[in-house]
Order: sequence, then C-alpha cells, then structure tokens
Amino acid sequence: MAAGKFDLALAIGGEAGQGIATPGNIMARLFIRRGLHLNAYNAYQSIVRGGHIFLTIRVSDEPVYTHGDKLDLIVCLNQDTMDRHLGLLGEGTRALFNSDTIKPGEAAKGVGLCPIPVSELTQSRNRLVQNTVAVGATSSLMGLDFSILEESLKARFARQGQSVVDENVGVAKAGYEYAAKNFEPFPVAVPENPHPLAQWAGNEAIGMGAAAAGVKFYAAYPMSPSTGVLHWFAQNARDLGIMVRQVEDEIAAANAIIGAAHTGTRAMTATSGGGFALMTEAVGAAAMMEIPVVMVNVQRAGPSTGVPTKTEQGDLWQVLGASQGDFPRLIVAPTNALDMFNTMSEIFNLTDHYQCPGLVLSDLLISEGTFSVDPDAINMNPTIDRGQLITEHSTQNGYNRYQNTESGIAPRAVPGTEGYVHVVSTDEHDEDGSLISDEYTNPYKRRASVERRARKFSDTLERISAPELQGPKDAEVTLIGWGSTEGAIREAVELLKDRGITANRLQVKWMVPLHGDAISAVVNSAKCPIIVENNYSGQFYRYLRSETGLTIDKHIRKYDGEPFMPHHIADGAQEILAGKADTFVPYQEVNV
Amino acid sequence: MTTGTIELKASDFKSGINPDWCPGCGDFGVLNSLQRACAELGLQPHNILTVSGIGCSSNLPGYINTYGMHTLHGRSLAFAAGAKMSNHELTVIATGGDGDGYGIGGNHLAHIARRNVDLTYIVMNNQVYGLTTGQISPTSRLDMKTKSTPFGNVESPINPITSAIMNGATFVARAFSGDIRHTTSIIKAAIEHKGFSLVDIFSPCVTFNDDNSHDFFKERVTKLEDQNHDTGDWKAACEKAMAWGPVINIGLFYQDPDSKSLGAREPILADGPMSSRTLEITEDQTKKLLGKMM
Repeated sequence: MAAGKFDLALAIGGEAGQGIATPGNIMARLFIRRGLHLNAYNAYQSIVRGGHIFLTIRVSDEPVYTHGDKLDLIVCLNQDTMDRHLGLLGEGTRALFNSDTIKPGEAAKGVGLCPIPVSELTQSRNRLVQNTVAVGATSSLMGLDFSILEESLKARFARQGQSVVDENVGVAKAGYEYAAKNFEPFPVAVPENPHPLAQWAGNEAIGMGAAAAGVKFYAAYPMSPSTGVLHWFAQNARDLGIMVRQVEDEIAAANAIIGAAHTGTRAMTATSGGGFALMTEAVGAAAMMEIPVVMVNVQRAGPSTGVPTKTEQGDLWQVLGASQGDFPRLIVAPTNALDMFNTMSEIFNLTDHYQCPGLVLSDLLISEGTFSVDPDAINMNPTIDRGQLITEHSTQNGYNRYQNTESGIAPRAVPGTEGYVHVVSTDEHDEDGSLISDEYTNPYKRRASVERRARKFSDTLERISAPELQGPKDAEVTLIGWGSTEGAIREAVELLKDRGITANRLQVKWMVPLHGDAISAVVNSAKCPIIVENNYSGQFYRYLRSETGLTIDKHIRKYDGEPFMPHHIADGAQEILAGKADTFVPYQEVNV
Repeated sequence: MTTGTIELKASDFKSGINPDWCPGCGDFGVLNSLQRACAELGLQPHNILTVSGIGCSSNLPGYINTYGMHTLHGRSLAFAAGAKMSNHELTVIATGGDGDGYGIGGNHLAHIARRNVDLTYIVMNNQVYGLTTGQISPTSRLDMKTKSTPFGNVESPINPITSAIMNGATFVARAFSGDIRHTTSIIKAAIEHKGFSLVDIFSPCVTFNDDNSHDFFKERVTKLEDQNHDTGDWKAACEKAMAWGPVINIGLFYQDPDSKSLGAREPILADGPMSSRTLEITEDQTKKLLGKMM
C-alpha cells in the first residue's frame, strides 16, 4: 500500500467478553496522540459473550482510508483467533499469544511467533490481565518507549483508582520487558507527527454533525449498527441542551421527530433498515405536511434481521421507495466519517429550505468504524439556514400554510405563533390546509398541490455538488462507487498504479437528486467503467440505469457481510480488464 | 400552558369549517365540549396544538380554531409527544377514535401513559370502525355483528380505563358526549392535570353501531361524582371501570395527586422549550467535545 513510510496493521482477536475494546482503545488513543492516522474496523457478532471478535487497527504517518489489505501483527486472546488467522500471516509479521493457553499451529516462513507465558509474568488472577500484558508486548514490538504507554494506561485507568493503575502499569511493564528481551521488534518504530489527531466513530460523527447543525431533538429506538448515534446524543444531551428520547419503537421515533420539527425544532432520528421499514409511513407524512426532518439509515446486511453486525449497501431501494405515494425526497450517502459530519448540516439546511424529509444512508463500515480526524477539520459552527420559518407573532389574517407560490415553497409558521393558526394534514389539502380528500374531492386542487410540491425541488441540483472524477482522464479503468466504498476504491486505485494499471474513480454521494448528466459524461468517456457495490444485485447500478439510461456491464460486488479491502477491488479490476470476468465477486480471506 | 389576555368564547374556537360527520354523530358533542373547555380555561388558539390520527373523529383538528396536526392512523400520540417535548409551553391535545388509539396506536398509548407526557388524549369511543364503513373495533362488544364479523364478534373488548391505569396513567376519566356540561368539566380537569390524561368519551356512531346508541348510554351512564368515589384509589377506580351493565360509570376514575410529568422530570427543559433555543454550539462546548475525542 502506497501510504506513508510507516503503515502497520495490528489486530486483536478473541471472544466477546474478553475485553478486546480496552487494549484497542489504549493503542488507538496512543497513536492519535502521536499524530498518527488510523482506521479501525471491528468484526464482531450479535452476541454478548463468546463468538469471535477481531479488531483491526491500521496506523500510518499518512492518511489511511481503509483498514488495509494486510495484517502485520495479530494479538491472539484465544485459540480460535490463532487458528483462524495465523494462515494469513506472511514474512515479517508477528503473532503474539498467551503461551499458557494457546498453541500456535503451523506458521508460514518468516512469521515471528511471540509466545508470552502470562502466568509467569503476573500473579494476578484477573483473566483480563493478559490483555494488558499484550498491550505492553505490542508496544515493545512497535518500538514505543514504555513511558508513552505508561502515560496512556494512567489516563485510561485513573478513574478506577490508583491500585488499578498500578496493577495495569506493572503488568504492562512485565509484558513490555519480556517482549523486549525475547522478540525482535518491527524494523520501523512508531513515528510521531507534531500535530495530535482526534478519533471518532462514524456514529459519533453523525451525532456531532447533527449537533453542529442545531439539532435539539433526537428520538430513536436502539438498533445495531445505528445505536452509537443514540449513545452519543444521550452522553452529550445535557452539555449541549438536546432533548434525547428513547421511545417504544421506530414508528414512535419517526413520528415524534416530525411533531418536534413542526414546533420549529431541528429534529432527527437514526436506525437501521429494519427500523427504517417501520419509519417509512412517517417519511410520506413529513413530505405531505411539509415538515423538515432527517432520518438516518445505518445499513446492515439484510434482508429482515439479516446479519446485524455486518455491513452492506442493501437499502438504497428501500429509501428510494420509502412510503406510499409519488413525492420527492432528498437522499444522501456520505462517503466517510468527516463527510458524514459535514453532510448533516448540509441536509438540515436543505430539508429546512425545501420543507421535506431528508434521508441519510450510512452503513456499519462508516458508522462503527473508528477513524482519526484532524480536530481542525471539525467545524462545529457551520452555516445554519432555517429557510422560510415564521416564529414572530402577527395580527395579519389569511395566512395560507400551503400558498401556491412560484417556487412551490411557502413560509412555515410554527405552533405558538399568533396570527398563523392552521392545520397541517397528511390528507391532501388546499392552500389553507383544509382537507380536500374527504367530503368533496377536487381534481383541480389536487393537481395543483401535487405540482406545487414537486415544483419545490426544481432547483435541487444547483444546491448540491456534482461528483467529480478523480485521477487521470484517460485511465484504463474507471471505478464508480457510492457511499462508504470511497476509501477502498481510493486505495485500490493506488494499488492498481503499483501494478502498472492506470485507474480513476468517481464516487457518488447524492442519490436524490442525482447528477445524472455529470455521471453520464464520465461513464461515456471512460475506457472501462466498473461499478463497485457492497451488495448482490447492483442496487446503485440499477438506479443509475433507470435515471440515466446508462448501461454498464462490468461490476465488482461483495455481499458476504464484510467490507471491501482495497485489493479486492484491484484484483477485480484486473480480472475484468483481462476479460476473465464481467462481474467479479472477491473472496473474503479474513474469516470473521 | 399560556393564558391569554383576551377572553374568548367557545364559538371563537370554531374553525369555520363544518364537520363532515353524520348528522347525530356523538363527535359533535365532543368537539363542542372541547371548544367550551378551551374557552373556559382562558386558552388562546395559537397556544394550543390539537393532534389527531386517522378516522372520522380524527378530522376534529380541522374544526377547531387551534394549531392542528392531522397525522397518521394510530400515531397521534407519537406526534403529540414529540411536539410537547419540543415545546412544552404549548397545550397539546390529542384526539382520535377507539380504533386509532386502542387498536393500531395501542403501543403508543401504553408508553405515553407510563412516561406521563403532559398532554390530554381525548378518545371518541364509538365501539366501531366508522370511516371504513363498519367493522369491529378493540372496544366492540362480544357477539357484535359488523361487516367483518357477520356472524358475531368472538373477541372480548379492551377496557381502556383499567388498561390506562395499569399502564401508569395519572389521570383517567370517561365521559358521554350526550352530556356536554359534564364532558366539558372532565376535559378541563384533564387539560389542567400535570401529566398524561386520558379522557375516553362515549361518542355514539349513528350509522354503524346500533348496539351502543345514544339511548343505550343515556340510560346507563352514572356519574362517579355522585358516588363518593375516591379518585386517588386506583383499585376502586378499576372496580368502577369494570361495571358494564345497567350501570356504566363516567367521570374521573383515577388521578395521581403527586403526578410529576415527563417534562417536569426532564432537566433539559429547565432552560425553556427546545423550539426556541439558540442553535449555535459555543466554543466551550466544542472544546469539551473535541477533548473527548483526543
């Protein structure tokens, strides 16, 4: 991988309940404080105890966009981890394990086996102690000074009291010293950049972005992999003055935010596909009453309950068709955590402007991944544009909530405002809000209402940026993706370059409205356009075809629950270029 | 709740749109009582939000001069709770029918009751689905014949009063739309109650329910106010609510005198309604957020 001079991936594996998160957090925090970039992906299952958890942390002195293609160090907390992954290791890698309980098996040539006799190094009966021993040994292998780790451990365990700090530092030191004495460290030590970075998970970026956009009401029902958004809001609600409600189901969440938004509050919910299915009726309600709300669907592998802890881009058609009837909506699929953050204020401004529902597609890869971010890149004061919102009292008469204006957009008065009393309705209604659906239906008024609501969206393309081709125009292959595949495609382009193949890429973020002309222009001048999607049926391709008439017959698709690794895409592009395949489905080497 | 300076009459709460209900529908009496209650409490139309679901009775927000939300079938309470928690200075009244509230929306009712959201829920209970032209509802009696039960209903009805009490509702009452004065007084007490209030109102359907007619209720309803009923005693309330024969009790069954609404329990609201907050994040807030990430 053509990232920085230093580019190392370490993985910690064990079963749920073995406390993998703690050493992961300690190492990740240590890296970002040294100004290193990181991208972490945690493969896990829907289980509280048992199963196999495998946390991969890739760290580099240059930005990294995926958790990478390789593993340099695996820390095995149980035999299963050793059995599953030792075979993936090659020349120059290391496998660290507790030799009291784990047998290494057959390793390839050049793999450094690093057995640690944990019970000899510590008298502790705490079975989590092996994690701290491993952190110590890992730090030694990575060439870190022990004082750096010590500082991290003190910070991590300070709240649990001095004895816990002392125990952890002592045990870590034993692991560190044992490794220093017995194992060969990696040839390049962990470097240090002068500018410390921050870290966040995608779900935290969603919450922060929404808070920056002025969200004051968040309602949700827990559902993996979206629950992190609820946790973020709950944790920060009091500091930021945000009403956070965990409600009885997703139906309540979606409708509660519309109720809140109707009173003039910026309101939002997040869920996954199953929860979004329950929210769909509310999408149409928001569109019909013209109340701006944002709903986030963090996609996971479906259908139905599917694989709750695995990723997929399988809900595009679900959001495209959410709710009965024929009405416009906004749909955006941000391409990484920072993009997710910035998009929240963008979509809130747009939904306020157009008085409509805005749907955001995330997925497990972005939402539950942990990424470094430059704190200076986080703008907590983005532009806030509430659109045409009436909150001042008036003595005027004759307010029409749904005035048939030229733009189609009419000023929106919120309850509590004198002079603007009106009813909003999910029934079809006249300009003043009175129903035209029950007693006397009226085809002329109905037509005018449908056309007015549609007219609101006539200039949406002018308000969002078009996707841009990255890389040389005359490349041999053009990789087209949407949403979260950006990082893997970006690094695949670099991989292909290393292999002597020029590639460029086009990442599409806005689904509705779709910059069809801009995409067509790229596709029509591409030598070999390939669409990359994390699903089986090519949801984005079929949507693109329906909107533009474009036909593309080369595809790379993955639907095993795991995200693309860059080489999956590079390999696919090579196979397709060589005429060996039209649709390439990569093999997932890491069995998690 | 905000009280205005101008005194309004019940007629000031008429919207100008004539209800599309069948002549003789019980809902007229409910609408009338609600308009009177609002006027007698000195409320101002712009400070009231009336939220309904779908069904004959859910058309009510169109006929009352307040802010209104005519939402989805069964979801009025979800919308209403969102609105109330967003702007707790509004008087929020949810209205709808028995199918809307006790059937499709039953889940929301159970949870809004235990949460004690400070809003009033008026259910126009006619024991039948009217807008869909006559099928059983969750409150239809056993053996009732409707289009969906041509050979008689084999299911037992729900008891909204005992259910609400069991779910933790802090104000549970029943009224009869034929008695506007009594209904008005019950609605007034419900609006004034600090917390969730359920007012189940017998509102006869003159088109699709011959079993539970105006006369049926007129002959049977008996006011709890005349019975020395202790409204603080939930067990006695449930017993009174179970009566369904020559005597059917109406009035206030249960009220928790120590009721503390969700709004009162939620510290976030101490700084005023969410809907009127400044949206900008301060430098200190930003610093703290970034600090957690580093």
